[in-house]
Amino acid sequence: MNTSTGSLESHSPLEPAAGVGPVLEVDDLHVEFRTRSSVVNAVNGISYAVHQGETLAILGESGSGKSVSAQAIMGILDVPPAVITGGGIRFQGRDMLTMDEEDQRKIRGPGISMIFQDALSALNPVYSVGFQIGEMFRAHRGTSRKEAKQHAIELMDRVRIPAAARRVNDYPHQFSGGMRQRVMIAMALALDPRILIADEPTTALDVTVQAQVMDLLKDLQRDTGMGLVLITHDLGVVNEVADRVAVMYAGKIVETGTVDDVFTRPAHPYTLGLMNSIPQVEAKGGRLNPIVGQPPNLSAIPSGCSFHPRCPRARTGAAAAPGRDCVGDVPPLRLVVPGREAACHYSEEVLGV
Amino acid sequence: MGRYVARRLLLTIPVLLGASFLIFAMVYALPGDPIRALAGDRPVSPAVVQVLTERFHLSDPLWVQYWEYLKGLFSGDLGTDFRGRPVLDTIVRTLPVTVKLTVVAVLFEIVIGIVAGVLAGIRRNSFFDNFVLVSTTLVVSIPILVLAFLTQLLFGLKLGWFPIAGTREGLYSYVLPGLVLASGSLAYVARLTRTSIAENMRADYVRTARAKGLPQRTVIVRHMLRNSLIPVVTFIGADIGALLGGAIVTETVFNLPGIGREVFDSVKAQEGAVVVGIVTLMVFFFIFFNLIVDVLYAVLDPRIRYD
Repeated sequence: MNTSTGSLESHSPLEPAAGVGPVLEVDDLHVEFRTRSSVVNAVNGISYAVHQGETLAILGESGSGKSVSAQAIMGILDVPPAVITGGGIRFQGRDMLTMDEEDQRKIRGPGISMIFQDALSALNPVYSVGFQIGEMFRAHRGTSRKEAKQHAIELMDRVRIPAAARRVNDYPHQFSGGMRQRVMIAMALALDPRILIADEPTTALDVTVQAQVMDLLKDLQRDTGMGLVLITHDLGVVNEVADRVAVMYAGKIVETGTVDDVFTRPAHPYTLGLMNSIPQVEAKGGRLNPIVGQPPNLSAIPSGCSFHPRCPRARTGAAAAPGRDCVGDVPPLRLVVPGREAACHYSEEVLGV
Repeated sequence: MGRYVARRLLLTIPVLLGASFLIFAMVYALPGDPIRALAGDRPVSPAVVQVLTERFHLSDPLWVQYWEYLKGLFSGDLGTDFRGRPVLDTIVRTLPVTVKLTVVAVLFEIVIGIVAGVLAGIRRNSFFDNFVLVSTTLVVSIPILVLAFLTQLLFGLKLGWFPIAGTREGLYSYVLPGLVLASGSLAYVARLTRTSIAENMRADYVRTARAKGLPQRTVIVRHMLRNSLIPVVTFIGADIGALLGGAIVTETVFNLPGIGREVFDSVKAQEGAVVVGIVTLMVFFFIFFNLIVDVLYAVLDPRIRYD
């Protein structure tokens, strides 16, 4: 799959280096933030692959590294303080981290595209939405200003913004939250990207609008066959939209598999804790069931399994099996049952097999 | 927008009336006798004193004097000084000098201030950034009177790079006074630009622009600079109004015959009509450019609406 790039010299970074493989592969990615006083280990070796037409949800709490890994893929980390200390990001078989700046830029937009959580601050307040959508065509295809605006109207129609032709010259603040997010989506989809990264696309929206926006994303994905990386902390959204899910904790993927499998039978105590924390209708009036303790401090991640201080099953010393001490030994992400990987020494017990 | 501008322009009328009356009252309250000041050491015959006093209503109360002045004003007559020269002629003669000085000063603000601010903002904590911070602090803390004499001494007299005073060398004569006049605002513009750039560099929409795969130049010029310069442009606009009226010290030190020096001389000579005419004009400039800035703000930032 990962052939050496030397034999496949091509002029466009958008041309695939190899035949049919994952569109996007992240391989053992590490990202740190270096400040004067400390080093924050935001992403500590994550790997995943996204195929054409597939939706991968990356699920995790704030500070788990899900957004940082997405920003590393887009090349929009603030460097410094952020530093990519290891790993690779391959788009259609080519490593983006070793590419020159110009080739990377050409992938952003037509290759990989991203939508952000807060469309109000992510759109420039002083340009009309039509201008900002049209910019994609002008920058990547050299389209004239007039034609770009025409394309913008078509895209706004496609993301179901009413009266697109009339609203194309309006400014972001003149739109409602849901419509603004549609503008972002239109902009991200302008050049038919192979991969769309959606970083908490519905978190800033109210619930009814959330559903509309997710439906729209799903429809658009069906039409274009793009791969979708959905970054979220919303279990409901994952359940509705995603094919596979990767659960992140303290900058690592702790469990991955199909959404059905992971949600119904978690193999990692953290995932199990997440599932148990969902309020149940039957338990109305009862106490909620949260994961105890605090999220880890990323400049002092706990030794061994980073979840052990909060884990009800953590074993150490004499209670632990040899080489499987939760405080001393780092659990690798391993195949537990077919199609399922989890990073827990005692996944089988969690699964109950 | 049109209605807003019209309303603001109408509002300038009572402001100008009030301002001119205040100035009139202050000149009226000045101690001393303008006729004596006009004559200097020479003796004045009582007949001349009487003629002048009657012509300029000098013995009438303040209200009457102001009313006479206003009556003239509405027929387009700004009055005359004690030598009989129309005030309008004085303004026409001196205003171009002040306008040139202001233009030179504003050019300095734009070119040096904005460029220094942008570079410092983009390379924060670099040597250049620290240099800008230290030098602007220095400039702001020196009074303009001291700065004027210092530069005149150093660049005019010792080094001989610029004319010491006067306007004999055309626009070149305005370079040094223009720089002195601009210095305070220039330092402020540099700092304002720096802060604004540093803030906008981390803005979400700049991150979006990079994620869109726009070329670096486009990201910086279109998405970072354009947004960062909104407060700077509005500051410079308001500053033009202030500079047109605030050049009294600079014009006097560098002996430029503009409206600032004219006011200074007229105050000394108790030339009431000239002082009131010119200072009211200064007030008008100030109000007018503030209005321009408010309109410009709405043009630059579509989030601002006055309707």
